[in-house]
Parts: sequence; structure tokens; C-alpha cells
Amino acid sequence: MTLRFRLNGRAVTVEAPPGRRLLDLLREDLGLTGTKEGCGEGECGACTVLVDGKPRLACLTAAIQVEGKDVLTIEGLASSGRLHPLQEAFIGTAGVQCGFCTPGLIMAAYALLQENPRPTRDEIREYLAGNLCRCTGYAQVAEAVELAAERLR
Amino acid sequence: MRRTGTVEIVHPRYLGEALCLVADGGRPLAGGTDLFVRVRRGTETAPCLVFVGELEELRGVRETETGIEIGAAETHAEILAHPATERFAVLRLALRAIGSPAIRAMGTLGGNLANASPAGDGLIPLYLHEARVRLVSIHGTRELAVEEFILGPGKTALRQGELVRSITVPFPRDGAQAYFRKVGRRQALIIAVASLGALVWADDGVIREARLALGSVAPTVVRPREVEGMLVNRPLTVKALTEFRDALSSAVRPISDLRASADYRRQVAGNLLLDLASG
Repeated sequence: MTLRFRLNGRAVTVEAPPGRRLLDLLREDLGLTGTKEGCGEGECGACTVLVDGKPRLACLTAAIQVEGKDVLTIEGLASSGRLHPLQEAFIGTAGVQCGFCTPGLIMAAYALLQENPRPTRDEIREYLAGNLCRCTGYAQVAEAVELAAERLR
Repeated sequence: MRRTGTVEIVHPRYLGEALCLVADGGRPLAGGTDLFVRVRRGTETAPCLVFVGELEELRGVRETETGIEIGAAETHAEILAHPATERFAVLRLALRAIGSPAIRAMGTLGGNLANASPAGDGLIPLYLHEARVRLVSIHGTRELAVEEFILGPGKTALRQGELVRSITVPFPRDGAQAYFRKVGRRQALIIAVASLGALVWADDGVIREARLALGSVAPTVVRPREVEGMLVNRPLTVKALTEFRDALSSAVRPISDLRASADYRRQVAGNLLLDLASG
């Protein structure tokens, strides 16, 4: 099918079977490899993207489900060539280590700050609870989100 | 074996079209949080999936004179944010315990019902509120109590060609205390080892009516009605509830699986009862 949607603010038209995973569509058909595949079963959050402003797992989303929608991936945060405050904060606090979970964590954190620009530490931890990280121990991640929230205010 | 190819999905624009596709053997797809996992594992055998997640007829939360009607394709996040669900505290507590923000933005209550998982967090409040499930097919509509709808793990009363259209939840009598807790091995995205939801009406610390619903401790969510009856006119204290802990442990029929043993689940189910008084 011919699929039309907005990707990181730009209109995209792509040929894809309706059942193609959004994750494969992004990574393989559109070359946006920032979104990662961790478990492929909705347990780890590594493939979190935003669809119409809400967090979604690209591994459990079919291409057909984003028809006419607005999709935001990690690439869309730095589209101007400058890092987003969340990305800077993750680097600053060492919230990035191996980096595999980072795009998912940052997209989830982005969704949180859209909903709640002044989250408490507990709210941050709760919101990011669906994103697994095996390196950082999460403390630096929560710090990064707090720091970014301050900078964005 | 993982199926690496893509699955056939159709996207009907109207309910009537969707019902014809489902009558031909298509499997309804709403949020996809469970169905896609089965597709990937190759355990889903339907010839095609019918995407019903955006059908107007299956969306929205509507307040009626006697309660609310929740569209089957309404997501957990949408139900949580809807002002009409404010009077249903236990529904909100349970839905908040589902998955993670992304899973709650994708998964639907109708999907929870059709999956009929004994661990389905979203089902517990439906048992407590004695919700009814509205089904639709090309032949017409019918309605079942949630306890009649869910028959076993992954088994429902859905007939070939039927679709869950909506869930009606009656307003609870005023003054209910709502309780929900699930025990698992991780905070987010856990499938519960055991969970308990409750609605308790008490006067001056004495229980007048108690409804309990337990998850993950039997083939379906269960209402231990005998234990509910025993609690009437007893004080809502840990001491008083301790007397009924064993009765509750005996009322459940858990299995051992990779998450926990049957004995542990029994014990946790009983212990959760005491938590009602500390909430």
C-alpha cells in the first residue's frame, strides 16, 4: 500500500505492506536507525517513538496504524543540527553509556515532559519504568530528565 | 520460530465492513500489544488481522443514566484521562498498573477482554463493578456479564464473527473504598504473580459490603464470594482480616509457572487481604 504520514515534521510517502512493523519501516525502508529493536515484544521500551504526541512501541505497531499520523523519532529531536536539551542532559549526567536504550528513554522522557513539564523524581521513575537500561542503574537517567526539565522551562 | 515476513492487515473504515471481515475469519486488531507478540512468535494463525482500533463505533467513553459505556477500542490512557471515569476509582487504579505509559497508550480494554488473560489487570475492576460486555456481529448484538464472557485462559464466549463493541460499567453505590494491588517481580510491565482489587463499603470501620477480585490465581479472574460474605459486619482491621486469610488462600486455584509456584501464589493472595486495612 502507499502509506502517507508525517515523520519528524516532514510529509513522507512510502510503499509498504500494511502489516510491516513501524520499526522495520523506520530502520530499513526509511534509513532512520536511531530507533532500536531490543526485545521485539514490548517489554524493553528501546523502540519507543511518539505517534501524535503519545509514546508508542514501534515493534508492536503496524505501518497501517500510522497512516495520516505524526511520528516523531529520536532523529526528529535534533533535526536542526543542534542537540535537544534532553540529549545534552543525558550526555552531561552520563545517562548514556552503551547507548542502546537511550533513544527509547529519551523519547519516553520527551513524552513525559510534554505531559508534565515539572515532574518529580518519582514521577520520572514511574514514567520511564517501561524502559530497560542495563548500564546506568537509572540514577543518571532520572537526573538527566530533571536537568532537561529545568533547562526547558 | 519467528515469523519474519509481514502479516496481512486490513483497515476497514466502518463497523459493518469490519464485521464482514471478522465473519470471514479475520482476527480483530486493536492496540496490538498482545496480538503482535503472538504474530511474531507464529502462534497466531488467523489469515488476516482486521484493524478496528480507529473505528468510531468502538471509541469513546459515554456517560449514561446508570453508568458509563466504554468503547472496546478506547485505550487505557484515554479511559484514565476521561472525566467520566472519575467515579470509578478502582478502574483507574487498575488501569494505571498496566504495562508502561507506551503500553497504556496502545492497549485497549476490549483487547484485555478478548485476550482473557487470568492476569489481566484491566479485568479486575470489571469483575468488581459487575460490568457487562456488548458484542456485535453481522447477525446482531448481545450482551453478557463479564463473568459469563470470560471462560478460561485465552477463552471467551465470543462466537465466530463476533467483536467486542463496548463495556458498560454501572455506577457504584456511593462511599466505596477502592483498592488495587498487584504483586510481581518488577514494577513496570510485570505480569502479576497475584493481584487483588476490592471495593469496600464500611461504616465506622465496620465492613457493610466487600467485593474482592483476584488475578493470576485461577484460570480466570475470580470473585471469592464466600469470603466476601464472611467479611460483612466485621471490622476493617488487620486483626479481623487475619481470620479470613486462610479462607481466601483456599478460595483460589493457582498454577505453578515460571513466575511463581502455586503455593506462593496462595500465600500472597491471602496476605493481600490484610493490605485492605492498611490502605
